[in-house]
Amino acid sequence: MIRYIIYKTILSSFILVLSLVVAMYSTLIERKVAGWFQDRHGPNRTGPWGLLQPFADGAKLFFKEEFMPISADKFLYILGPSLTMFIALLTSAVIPWGPDLSIHGVASPLQVADVNIGILYIFAILSIGVYGIMIGGWASNNKYALLGAVRASSQMISYELAMSLSIITIVMMTGSLSMREIVAQQQGFHWNIFFQPLGFLIFLICAFAETNRSPFDLPECETELVGGYHTEYSSMKLGFYLFAEYINMFISGAVMATLFLGGYHFPGLDKLGLSPNVFAFVSFMVLFTKITFFGFIYMWIRWTLPRFRYDQLMKLGWKNLIPLAILNVVITGIVILLNQ
Amino acid sequence: MFTQYIFHFLSILALFSAVMVLASKKPIHSVLFLTLTFFAIAGHYVLLNAQFLAVVHVIVYAGAIMVLFLFTVMLLNLNKDERSPKPMWVNIIAFVAGGMLMLTLVGIFREYDVKLIQDPLTTQIGLVKNLGKILYHDYLVPFELSSVLFLTAMVGAVLLGKKEQI
Repeated sequence: MIRYIIYKTILSSFILVLSLVVAMYSTLIERKVAGWFQDRHGPNRTGPWGLLQPFADGAKLFFKEEFMPISADKFLYILGPSLTMFIALLTSAVIPWGPDLSIHGVASPLQVADVNIGILYIFAILSIGVYGIMIGGWASNNKYALLGAVRASSQMISYELAMSLSIITIVMMTGSLSMREIVAQQQGFHWNIFFQPLGFLIFLICAFAETNRSPFDLPECETELVGGYHTEYSSMKLGFYLFAEYINMFISGAVMATLFLGGYHFPGLDKLGLSPNVFAFVSFMVLFTKITFFGFIYMWIRWTLPRFRYDQLMKLGWKNLIPLAILNVVITGIVILLNQ
Repeated sequence: MFTQYIFHFLSILALFSAVMVLASKKPIHSVLFLTLTFFAIAGHYVLLNAQFLAVVHVIVYAGAIMVLFLFTVMLLNLNKDERSPKPMWVNIIAFVAGGMLMLTLVGIFREYDVKLIQDPLTTQIGLVKNLGKILYHDYLVPFELSSVLFLTAMVGAVLLGKKEQI
């Protein structure tokens, strides 16, 4: 029992630190990628290749002046960014990060919580993700912040529907809601993306909208709304909002890799005859590579596509993605029925 | 032992936030406390080994309905306490009516013999597999009928919300 608690504590702290470090360095990589796309160097003054830039940014945010609007709701104003950060870190609990480790001969899963409703847990977290932005935007007592918050929440609610519908096909194919089971069934090269290309595409588009990334970054649309829901935020509270976005990117990459790209599986890897712990490490690196790939796609699209207009965003979500997702569910149902 | 502490914590949280829903001055705080109550109740479901119910509870109530409430309260900007103070007789009537409701509830549960059909800690009924089998096998017709009912409500809402003549 004690051993179990210690193991889970170490594992969850490791994942927490990993998410934070990855999010930190994503900010640097994002600026490097932007530099590459725009034919310039990107940050390269702080340390070799600008490697210390995230620390410099963090220190800067901490020492910036803390400003709170006089008419703001004090408690909710602080609750907003804290809640956003907290919710962003919750999802990683159900993601299987690799095959079982073997510590003193005891198989220890690289997953914090193997709940039998893993996918639904992720949806629950997604659906409460709106709160941080809404509370922050409202508590600022500023028109632009409120408009940004309303936009953010209607966007997230609209794209949640198509996202859930695209996942239903995966559940129908695997017959399980457990993340662990879904990964286990994609062993080798039976990745879900080959069976559900349409579902994957819908999920990818919705993931962009859910993380408020360009081309769906309307909640913070500078050209119309000053800064969107975080207009009135400064110092580390603003930092939390921006940081949570990068954590969300990392976690959504992990979810996509787990659901569609076979998680930590890679064809032929289990036939190499590696010892369990080395195998677990290599598999984890495979998953990490897939997540990095998604991270690059996020940045690639951000620096090449212009932003959607608000009515185009709603039209795409409700009139194109949701009918397509329903069609996908029906087709999958028919194929499963015919194959029985 | 450990679950007992969690039970006490969740119960206190649920009761406290439920009272705060009524006691808060600002409508927006009431909405947020109501959300907190829902989370505490979801925690109780997990303790009863009904994880599916807990998650669906969070998705539907905290994730959808309460966000809608929050939307309405924010956009109407009910924050400024402009409600006119109610006359005395309204308060008295509300007090009497509420007291009678509470008396009825106490009366019901005092006489009601709570029977445990199954041990809540070991029952498997709340797991998604068993629940799905029961819903789609034993109670298929009521389940489908209720979904038609929801669809009707949705179509009705859209019809009422449409501005132009149909």
